[in-house]
Amino acid sequence: MSNVRVNDFTIKVGNVNGTGSASANALLMKIIFRMGVPVVGKNIFPSNIQGLPTWYEIRVTEKGYRGRSGDVDLMVAMNPESYKRDLEELSPGGILLYDDTWPRPHFLTRTDITVIGVPLARMCNAAFKVARSRILMKNVAYVGAVAALLDLDLDIINTLLREMFASKPKLVDLNLQAIALGYDYAKENYGTAKKLKVEARNLTQGKVMMDGNTTAGLGCVYGGATFGAWYPITPSTSLMDAFANYCEMLRVHPDTGKHKYCIIQAEDELAAAGMIIGASWNGARSFTPTSGPGISLMSEFIGFAYYAEIPMVLFDIQRTGPSTGMPTRTQQCDIQLCAYASHGDTKHILLFPSDPSECFDMAVNALDLAERFQTPVFVLSDIDIGMNDWMIDELVWDDNYVPDRGKIMSPADLEKVEKFHRYLDVDGDHIPYRTIPGTDPKGAYFTRGSGHNKYGGYTEDGAEYKEVVDRLTSKWASAADKVPAPIISTASKPAQGKIKFAIISLGSCDGAVVEARDKLETEGVYLNYMRVRGFPFNGTVQDFINEHDQIFVIEQNRDAQLHGLLLTEIEVAREKLIPILHYSGEPLDYKFVHGALSEELKTRRQVA
Amino acid sequence: MTSFTKPLIRRKNEPTNELGLVRADYDGAMSTLCAGCGHDAVTASMARAFFELSIEPHRAVKVSGIGCSSKTTAYFLRESHGINTVHGRMPSVATGAIAANHELAYIGVSGDGDSLSIGLGQFVHAMRRNVNMLYMLENNGVYGLTKGQFSAAADIGSMAKKGAMNELPPIDPVALALSVGATFVARAFSGDREQLVPLIKAGLKHKGFGLIDVISPCVSFNDHKGSTKSYEHTYKYYNPAIHADYVPPSAQIKASYDAGDVMPIELHDGGQITLRKLEDGYDPRDRAAAVNKLFESAQSDEIITGLLYINEDHKDMHEMARMEERPLNEIPYAELNPGAAKLKELQKGFR
Repeated sequence: MSNVRVNDFTIKVGNVNGTGSASANALLMKIIFRMGVPVVGKNIFPSNIQGLPTWYEIRVTEKGYRGRSGDVDLMVAMNPESYKRDLEELSPGGILLYDDTWPRPHFLTRTDITVIGVPLARMCNAAFKVARSRILMKNVAYVGAVAALLDLDLDIINTLLREMFASKPKLVDLNLQAIALGYDYAKENYGTAKKLKVEARNLTQGKVMMDGNTTAGLGCVYGGATFGAWYPITPSTSLMDAFANYCEMLRVHPDTGKHKYCIIQAEDELAAAGMIIGASWNGARSFTPTSGPGISLMSEFIGFAYYAEIPMVLFDIQRTGPSTGMPTRTQQCDIQLCAYASHGDTKHILLFPSDPSECFDMAVNALDLAERFQTPVFVLSDIDIGMNDWMIDELVWDDNYVPDRGKIMSPADLEKVEKFHRYLDVDGDHIPYRTIPGTDPKGAYFTRGSGHNKYGGYTEDGAEYKEVVDRLTSKWASAADKVPAPIISTASKPAQGKIKFAIISLGSCDGAVVEARDKLETEGVYLNYMRVRGFPFNGTVQDFINEHDQIFVIEQNRDAQLHGLLLTEIEVAREKLIPILHYSGEPLDYKFVHGALSEELKTRRQVA
Repeated sequence: MTSFTKPLIRRKNEPTNELGLVRADYDGAMSTLCAGCGHDAVTASMARAFFELSIEPHRAVKVSGIGCSSKTTAYFLRESHGINTVHGRMPSVATGAIAANHELAYIGVSGDGDSLSIGLGQFVHAMRRNVNMLYMLENNGVYGLTKGQFSAAADIGSMAKKGAMNELPPIDPVALALSVGATFVARAFSGDREQLVPLIKAGLKHKGFGLIDVISPCVSFNDHKGSTKSYEHTYKYYNPAIHADYVPPSAQIKASYDAGDVMPIELHDGGQITLRKLEDGYDPRDRAAAVNKLFESAQSDEIITGLLYINEDHKDMHEMARMEERPLNEIPYAELNPGAAKLKELQKGFR
């Protein structure tokens, strides 16, 4: 029993997409979560509807780590197409579970693993009549087999299936039957070969499993957005789906059926951008979800909104580029695109959520900041955050929240001024007042993307032009202490003297970075860590960089975009910032970070 | 160069509208277009239409893209909100603005370059959505601001100023509008204010997307011999076939009309559009008939103008989106915030 691993291992399922594997895997993950043990789920799927290889990773982590482990301890190989690769990926000492309806002795060449064959297809073909059921139930059957191998709680499985199919009770029995097929076979044949085990804990109280697109959509509802425009693009589509679902639930009049919101599926991303500009200009809180290619198309409008000072909220659920790239794989590759989107001198406000919980909060932040600063605001999520279910603390809402609509002059305010000028910095805070069209004759003004002076009039006068664009830079810079502050984590035990090395990272790198850093600490290496959450960079970013000799900038793109942004916007010597880059398109794992940091530290320390 | 404000000159006994405003109250900045530009006449007609309809200037919104025509939104209704957007993308901005507040009077001003080349997609989709706005397409067949390139509205055989001949078939915005769902489709000529002003009034009062394709000659780059969008050519082939008037609810004549003489069409606001000069049996509510009429007249080299098609029954965007009557931008946050307790409840499904 001593070599049984409890609550700390990774299961990976290799399957064919379009076979219902996603719901089987979600079920598996939910069972473990309901047993009170923290889980991390990563769906690594193809840009395809049916027939291509797809993988799902479930990490069981009692310590509550949030990144990938980089190991596979139980491989459920359901796809003959990927058998070879799946077998290679299995960590030494791991278990391979496969469908031995068709035995594959010739490829099972590894001696350092345990092979478990379960005749899933044979059993399902015997038990179910309909062809589609046979395919779907094969997936549920492997959940049963895994449940037996890991000692999962059958009562919880029962409850979960009843919840999942509350409206279709027939399916409950069908699924339970499939679970039993796998469970009983595995128990009977491999009941004593226990190597991995899930033991019930009480570590998921107050937690939920949500993806970042759902929470961002929900955040838009809570932030008071009434208008959304979008063009379908993976992986942002589910954000608008979530917003639409919650609006249908919460904002449709029960008697009249009338809506307190409007969603338009635009003809392209250019139009989506134009629509939210129009709605924001007219005083409705608006947003658009998109991905990198959409930002490229929206860029002209982004510059217009920047110069004409119109609020705009954009969610960029980043995916692997360039061009179409790998649309279902993750990256942080639009940082620089968004920071300076559009022609001419433009700079924008960016928010970097690291998990679905921050997607919720930052959706609300973005709506506030866009109106406060009258400018485009980007929330840079990614596929990993947006489309995977993460275990997060239950979202909470402060009923005292009041939206920050920024500097809007009401008819009463206008009465107090002699004349209204749209672009005049009356308060010396670089932010002019705006008015909502139609509210008051005195507040009427002309909005233009062409050269304008501080009164809003057309100009081609260099001095007048400069006065406005200089104010725009000051306005942008003043957002530095209004975007979410960086989160700094100092090493738990100070090394001898000062800690010289540090990490800067962002977004979905966090889980892997935290774990790699913990691991390094067990090896006697101490690093301070700062996670930036907004751009323009908060003043503490400069301080943090000043305080360390060498800083590793960890991010998920090829061209070291955060690193470049820091070099451009912060006073720092180039050699002080060392990029660590991961850009395979798969979510970052801690082993990669640990390996890369160890390697870098080895050379740096020798030099030092 | 900065913009010039037009001096306000008040005359005695000047006619006022229902709001007590004079026509000059609907002016804007001084036009910077070329002397004799058709667009300036259109600008004056738009100002007059708003004046005659007694629309409060601040309850009107002017939207435009880029080009000579788009510049004109600065030259009328100075006390209105205006938004001069990016090239070819005015329809999307208008769509968003109208979604946020459908109660204002929206007029889009565009040109043939802005609408039929770079902005063709947005132009078409705004019509499909039946966005409640009047879209003025000031059509001169040429790119003026970039000095004389053919636009997609140039006719086959039309000559450029420098002598090149256009061989590509033109995109006819009226034919296009009829095929993609615009619910008020008209053609006019900048030189005929008698026809244009009432058309603009009718278009503003129509609920849904209204298009007026206004032939508006470019004196600098497309008013020469051989051009099919010149003043000379337009006057020669121009046929003011159908005249439309807007009759407000308060001034409705309860008389019956002789068929073929005047045709009244009821509007949503209780007013009417009355159509005159109709040829025998022509019914502008019949889309197929409008398409036929358009192509027949084109074959006989005639520029048919007037209100060619109207459909008052089609739902506009606001209705299709099932939005409540109150504009989105007036809904208080308290009605939009589901609250902390609800958030807790919503998350039960994620356990």
